[in-house]
Amino acid sequence: MSAALIAQLVVIGFTFFMLLNSAAVLVLMERKVAAFIQQRLGPYRVGPWGTMQPLADIIKLMMKEELRPKSADAFLFYLAPILCATAAFAAFAVVPFGADTTFFGLLDEPVKLMAADVNVALLVIFAITSMGVYGIVLAGWASNSKYSLLGGLRSSAQMISYELSYGLSLAAVIMLAGSLSLREVVGAQAGYWHLFGVLPIPKWYVFLQPLGFFIFMTAGVAETNRAPFDFPEAEQELVAGYHTEYSSMTFALFFMAEYINMVTVSAVAVNLFLGGWHGPFLPEWLGWIWFLVKVFALLFFYIWMRWTLPRYRYDHLMEFGWKWLLPAATLNLLVTAGVVIWMGW
Amino acid sequence: MLPEPTLNTYLALSAVLFSIGTAGVFLRRNLITILLSIEVMLNAVNLTFVAVDRFLGTVDGQIIAFFVMTVAAAEAAVGLAIIIALFRHRQSLSPDAFTSLKW
Amino acid sequence: MDALFFWIFAAVTVVASLLVVGQRNPMYSVLLLIVSFAALSGLYVLLNAPFMAVVQIIIYAGAIMVLFLFVVMLLNVRSEEDGAETRRPFDFGPGPRKFGAVLALVLAVQLIWALRRIAEAPFAPAAANAAEQTSVTAIGLRLFREYAFAFEATSVLILVAMVGAVILARRDPHAPTRKDQ
Repeated sequence: MSAALIAQLVVIGFTFFMLLNSAAVLVLMERKVAAFIQQRLGPYRVGPWGTMQPLADIIKLMMKEELRPKSADAFLFYLAPILCATAAFAAFAVVPFGADTTFFGLLDEPVKLMAADVNVALLVIFAITSMGVYGIVLAGWASNSKYSLLGGLRSSAQMISYELSYGLSLAAVIMLAGSLSLREVVGAQAGYWHLFGVLPIPKWYVFLQPLGFFIFMTAGVAETNRAPFDFPEAEQELVAGYHTEYSSMTFALFFMAEYINMVTVSAVAVNLFLGGWHGPFLPEWLGWIWFLVKVFALLFFYIWMRWTLPRYRYDHLMEFGWKWLLPAATLNLLVTAGVVIWMGW
Repeated sequence: MLPEPTLNTYLALSAVLFSIGTAGVFLRRNLITILLSIEVMLNAVNLTFVAVDRFLGTVDGQIIAFFVMTVAAAEAAVGLAIIIALFRHRQSLSPDAFTSLKW
Repeated sequence: MDALFFWIFAAVTVVASLLVVGQRNPMYSVLLLIVSFAALSGLYVLLNAPFMAVVQIIIYAGAIMVLFLFVVMLLNVRSEEDGAETRRPFDFGPGPRKFGAVLALVLAVQLIWALRRIAEAPFAPAAANAAEQTSVTAIGLRLFREYAFAFEATSVLILVAMVGAVILARRDPHAPTRKDQ
């Protein structure tokens, strides 16, 4: 058991633990931000400024009665939330969140701050996100209820439609960076350009690919079934869509899976477009602080969108995905390819 | 210890999967299961391509397997559309229900 | 270690495929096929083909199987559709079907025997630049140079399949709709 192996295992465990915590933090963040947008206070009784609210929520969810409709297929009914949650966690395994570090010289060689370094990391994220569709569609089917079935079908159709634009915007970034590995994509964004000789602009891909960033975030929001694309779980139309019949811990698993998908999409967007862990004023080994700041900025943006924008109607949603976003993503890809060849990058 | 897999092992596995798929196509009386068995057969062939690729050190096998996957996707889409159209007529998914062309 | 993974993945693939073919509920068949694909993907990783492994998950498990799942759900396929069968697993029915299962076994044995003499030697250990030779870059270069025509033809094929599937599954706009069934 070399020190590097132990360090790597610690990093993996730490990543998992922090993901769990991030789900809890997001519960509180969502409610507080929503409250401030709506000019009220949000949870403030449980703990100072409501910071213990997630703990209260988790205890409540664990204490509730676990229900299952009698005619629901038991095996699939319990498999669906497990699939959702597993896919959500697994997708984060290949996302790096910091530079190689030696933990203040305790180790001989640097260990990577990510769970697994695969050189086809972007494709792995894409693959595992596609597997998340199954949790939802099985939840809709196994509940044996009209609202659930409709919600599940709509949600999975929406997810597979927006996966195309998601993949195409990824392809444009891959062309710029020349590699499928997320660490190398972040590495390609280090450094600064100097506009007019003086103004330093970080070499982030969001400046080279503004349309790509917009497409990626839109497709990401649609993939995670968040507003304004959350028709499948719209409270006003479908009771609660695919998780209508779920209660207690199974509902908590869906809830958690949705938040962790949000975190994964934000983290991948930060790595692809916003320079990952590079930032001014801090040394390289503290880069993970910048990573956290950027991810939280994107998560705030997610929550802000949910409580500001009205929901898309389902046919508008599908039309937008196929007729506007997909051609835009294709155009983005073609223009990027042209520029890369012309400039010889 | 377990025996190390050789190319023969991979080819044998492929052969077994292919026969399972064939058995499914011939023995099942449900159109969707028949399509699923065809997918099993296609995957067995893909495994053969990739295994021989590893043996020879080239990438051609992977590329051909990639094309096989694409064609399988197209075929699954069209096959399922046909099944839906057939189901609308006879409300049945058994191949024995579609015998009106028999003399 | 690699050998252990190979046997685990191989066993999962074979068992899952047997269950796909043998068991009654089509929904479970689809899910078991996904398990089989995942195990195959693991086998591809063992064969130094990570790109193939991920593409297998993306295309097969992520797209084609979702299509199958949609059709199974929309047509509300139940186990009883499969003719008037009893509930015992692997009950292929009357004598002719059992004979068919035996024939499939004979096929498997024949194939294994025929392929036996191809290579008795174990895999050569991966060459020094194997990872680079089979990397995504190498695949891309060969795909767009030697196989460019096949690539373009495949794209036309997919377009044709898309149009065909939409037309075949469309409701006939002139047929009278059933009101009282």
